[in-house]
Amino acid sequence: MTVAAQLIDATKKYGTVEALKGVSLDIGLGEVVAMLGPNGAGKTTSISLLLGLRKPTSGKALLFGLKPDDLNARSRVGVMLQESGIPSMLKVREIVDLFRSYYARPMARDRAIGMAGLEEKANALVKELSGGQRQRLYFALAVCGDPEVLFLDEPTVGMDVEGRRSFIARIAEFAQMGRTVVLTTHYLEEADQLAKRVIVIDRGLVIADASPQEIKSKVAGKRVRFTAVALSEQDLDGLPITSSTINDHSVQLLTNQPEAVLRELFRRGVEISNLELSGADLEDAFISLTTHGVRPEGRP
Amino acid sequence: MGRMGAEDPVSISGRSPGARLMAVMTVRRAPIGPMLALQTRAEFLKLWRVPAFSITSLFLPVMFYAFIGIGQSSQVISPHVTFGAYFLASMAVYAVANVMIFSFGISVATERGMKMDVLMRATPMPPFIYLLSKCITAVVFAALTLAVLFPFAYIAGAVRLDAAVWATLGYRVLLGSIPFIALGFAIGYLSGPNSAVAVINLIYLPTAFASGLFFPKQMLPSFIQSIAPYLPLHFFGQLGWDAIGAPTDGTVTTDWLYLVGYGVLFFAVAVWAYRREESRKFS
Repeated sequence: MTVAAQLIDATKKYGTVEALKGVSLDIGLGEVVAMLGPNGAGKTTSISLLLGLRKPTSGKALLFGLKPDDLNARSRVGVMLQESGIPSMLKVREIVDLFRSYYARPMARDRAIGMAGLEEKANALVKELSGGQRQRLYFALAVCGDPEVLFLDEPTVGMDVEGRRSFIARIAEFAQMGRTVVLTTHYLEEADQLAKRVIVIDRGLVIADASPQEIKSKVAGKRVRFTAVALSEQDLDGLPITSSTINDHSVQLLTNQPEAVLRELFRRGVEISNLELSGADLEDAFISLTTHGVRPEGRP
Repeated sequence: MGRMGAEDPVSISGRSPGARLMAVMTVRRAPIGPMLALQTRAEFLKLWRVPAFSITSLFLPVMFYAFIGIGQSSQVISPHVTFGAYFLASMAVYAVANVMIFSFGISVATERGMKMDVLMRATPMPPFIYLLSKCITAVVFAALTLAVLFPFAYIAGAVRLDAAVWATLGYRVLLGSIPFIALGFAIGYLSGPNSAVAVINLIYLPTAFASGLFFPKQMLPSFIQSIAPYLPLHFFGQLGWDAIGAPTDGTVTTDWLYLVGYGVLFFAVAVWAYRREESRKFS
């Protein structure tokens, strides 16, 4: 059994809203996977199905080959959810001990508290914790059972830059123990930094599933940015670009032939200024994938 | 599958066949005893550390007794029964039902509102542990309220009863509170965190008055007198008054039967409310 979690052609409808339109994915033991997508893409729904918090409308969700609400499966999994709550009148060490008791072979309490950086707050009541400390406590509760698989749903939402950076380091530390990590995020740097495999989800479907490098290379490699006061759709017709994004007068194009694109724009008499040419990073690949889907370049 | 198929490479590769067999047969579930003990301790601390609950539960009945019971404590209201004893029974019933309804009603509603139930759901804790630990905690609190009320009535109210009578009052009050656990759960699953407190306060205290726990039925307005005999707290009260020797309507058996009936009703409502929550939040 090397597959930790699976969705098999899973769909999910909330009333008339189709949150997942047929998603299949396999997550193997030892993988560090990021599910990346904009808000509403279906990431949280996917995790909810994998954890047995919701049932698929059709298709299947499996955890270690079992139904996800089987406690034998849940015993091997640690979870950090977006929608979550803990009693405010318990102390940090008390609640960590409590969650440890749910698991057959938990890690030592102080180790879990240490992994979350809450050593100084071990005797504080939960209600005395700041927002960032609460998030770290949720992380401690997720890892305290020493799980084989760790699920994290948007773990750094609401954190400042420094908090996010140190949190990512904590997740990386856990991943380095050889465990499986499944992380959802809409922060592209997180996916890029942590994951060996990125599953891009948008509007209920998987639109890409590859390493960060492959995804970046699948989409055109160069980013051309400029300001153009008078630019129409026809000016971009037929250009060898894989995506274009226009905000006010600010234009961003992704292409593997930047020189040809610029030559054609100048030939068409488009006036541009503030020209920038750089390599596309995952952010560009992401925007391209989720707004236009992956297209072979050259086709508009 | 499951336990027998647990041959994931991460945990057992490289071990001897004997060790692998042990690993495959290893139960991956945590032992229930320590889990229940820690959960119960946590549930208790959650209530104990909230003075609005713990202080009120322990001392409000005593306060009522101090204001109402002590003054006329030695007045004889029927053969061999003093008002002090009568009011003690009333307050014991009030105190214990109060603990059951509040501790279940408010804590369940609050925990649902905080989305604690979602996180708990994702852990391997079996749901019955949650319920059982709450029940144990409630019984402990109820016993504590009696441990404060009984000595107070004895000392300040000069209530003198046989040991067997004290014991009967005690066990009837604890056993008879079970339907109110179900009522508390039902309220907890039907109310939101903010409305639960209001709902309980608006229902509980008036019902306690209407059931004759504070004033004898005869002193209540006539329309309340007509419904009082059917209220669950009234039947519960009768168990207490009968224990201390006061005359009551019907028999102790009918009191128990009605309480059981109400218990079944409240339990059905609680199950319905729980299932409704399940299908809304977790389907």
